[in-house]
Amino acid sequence: MATHKPQTLSRRRVLHAAAVGGIVLGSPAVLRLARAAEPLKIGVLLPRSGFFATAGQACQRGCDLAAQILNAQGYSVQLMNADFESSADIARTQAEKLIREGANILIGCFESGATNAMAQVCEQRGIPCIVNIGADPKITEQGYKFLFRNFPTSPMLVTNGLKAMGDLFAASGTTPKTAVLMHANDTFGQSMLGAITALGPKVGLPFTIVDTIAYDPKARDLSIEVTKAKAAHADLHMVVTRSTDAILMIREMVKQKYEPMGIVSPGSPGMYDGQFFKTLGKYSDYCITNIAWMNPKQELENMLAAEYAKAYPNEDYELNIGFSFEAILIAADAHKRAGATASSALVEALRATNIGKRVMIGGAIKFDEKGQNVDQAVAAVQNRDGKAVVILPTDVAVTKPVFPMPGWQQRT
Amino acid sequence: MLYLNIILAGLLTGAVYALMAFGLSVIYGVIRIVNFAHGEMMVIGMFAAFALYRWLHLDPIAAMPLVAAVLFLAGYALQRSLINRFVTQPEPIQFLLMIALAMVLTSTMLIVFGPNAHNVQLDYAFDSYEVGGLLFDKVRVFAAAGALVGAALLWGFFQFTRTGKAIRACADNNLGAQVVGLDVARLYGITFGLGVACVGAAGSLMLLLVDVQPYLATDYTLLAFIIVILGGLGRIGGALLGGLLVGVSEALSGFFIDPSMKSMFSYGLLILVLLLRPQGLLGRRA
Repeated sequence: MATHKPQTLSRRRVLHAAAVGGIVLGSPAVLRLARAAEPLKIGVLLPRSGFFATAGQACQRGCDLAAQILNAQGYSVQLMNADFESSADIARTQAEKLIREGANILIGCFESGATNAMAQVCEQRGIPCIVNIGADPKITEQGYKFLFRNFPTSPMLVTNGLKAMGDLFAASGTTPKTAVLMHANDTFGQSMLGAITALGPKVGLPFTIVDTIAYDPKARDLSIEVTKAKAAHADLHMVVTRSTDAILMIREMVKQKYEPMGIVSPGSPGMYDGQFFKTLGKYSDYCITNIAWMNPKQELENMLAAEYAKAYPNEDYELNIGFSFEAILIAADAHKRAGATASSALVEALRATNIGKRVMIGGAIKFDEKGQNVDQAVAAVQNRDGKAVVILPTDVAVTKPVFPMPGWQQRT
Repeated sequence: MLYLNIILAGLLTGAVYALMAFGLSVIYGVIRIVNFAHGEMMVIGMFAAFALYRWLHLDPIAAMPLVAAVLFLAGYALQRSLINRFVTQPEPIQFLLMIALAMVLTSTMLIVFGPNAHNVQLDYAFDSYEVGGLLFDKVRVFAAAGALVGAALLWGFFQFTRTGKAIRACADNNLGAQVVGLDVARLYGITFGLGVACVGAAGSLMLLLVDVQPYLATDYTLLAFIIVILGGLGRIGGALLGGLLVGVSEALSGFFIDPSMKSMFSYGLLILVLLLRPQGLLGRRA
């Protein structure tokens, strides 16, 4: 059995301790280097279960892969994962728990309501947070000092998305005269509706919105909503969907033989999700989403796509992956430049972010005084043969748009 | 024609709701236990049908009798081993038991199937019949037929079989049933099994309409409660009437007022019935 000698305070020990203490106290640079070696603890707050589970898990895959790729490139990050079960109240308590357990920075939350809750906690605790996905414009209008968002706001999404519609009609040579708008009535859906109503006339939409139909995104059944949309006899079916509600909607459209010229989203999730393709099969094709998307012309994107295919061969590669990857990249980059994990140093570094080599379409990642990355672009993505492919803008497109879409019974 | 289609859609959806609510009505009608785990049991039925589809490529409609039989046995075993001990306990304790059971079932489903939504891909899930301008959704027609057949079978069982009559005797006078020598515990087990079997059968059909995931349950438990309270707790016909009323009211309010407010009308109907006829539309005054 090992025995311990009792430690006595000798003259030699006192001198030794004083020498080491003097060096440490007199050399802040030594301390800084020691801190820089600390990995950045990133609290990743996502809806990995509940209503938004599919998207939350996709975001998680993007974060996990980012940590793996970036650590191999000399960054030093460590993820602390938390599930807020698709509930904003749980997001608040989970954000507090992550901070209590030592997270230096938080990333989240996919859903705007939960993102607001996370931002409030971070502001109170003085911890920076990066929004991977969350479009509610109010998030960056509250005067938060610790919040940074790489995702476009709903007015940005809608402005770019509506402009892309004009490009789509020009490219296809067919312009609808009327449209019906079906939208989820949650935080995101309402902010998108507000943006469409306000910005539609400004971007010069070629069609009139003849009816607006709000629905509960957690609805069990959308048959009446689709009946109402069909009764509007509009040329175009515009949607702001969230998740499985997109599946319910298309299923009802097929059953009710409702065949508009096209189904277009000016920037919402749902129609490019793996579950959408899997459940609807041939009926998932030709839906169009105008959304921030991955840029196949970027080297980093190509690497991410290849690594993702290797790590998750059965999972879809979509924007949740790209934006979540970029959120981790932003945090890791700030940590590297700050050389510290202290909140003030990280915030200062985040404000000075300038990342040109990115994954998504758009300019370099930079934040304005509100913490918003304003240089965002949109691609028109159409579902073709069970995959979402870029159809516009032409410089990054992989195929030409099909518009009007073929009828439900004309598909094989 | 548009309005007729809306009413038809409401009736068909209401029939699906009714099918889902039968189990709750049967269990309360006899055992007097309010099953807060009702939605969870339906989701188990959905997952069972999904598993049979995934592993044996069995159509959920074909799987329905098998799912119902398995859930009958599970329900019987659960009642005899656990719930029967709480039958004479005060109601708050029964509520807590059933809520705890609901949480255990949800967590188990999460562990086994994960949080993702699952579904079956069947061509006819997108089909509809068109008769003189009226659109009949094929899956909802099957579900409505299932609801009517289910209601008829349950009614026949309780009216004409010895076991059914014995169960009714237990429901009417528990002490009397014991005095004449009926095995009340066994009859309660059969009743609970029957209720869970109904929910399982409904789950098989619901899988054709809704993607299944463990968190689906709470909404359906609430909906089932609204339906059976509207129609009268413990009345099979009441559950059918309640389901149809909720379906049609949601359809009409969704079309004429605002689709996102349609659930409000179900709750409005519930409050109205509780005020004017607390025993439910077909219920008997206590």
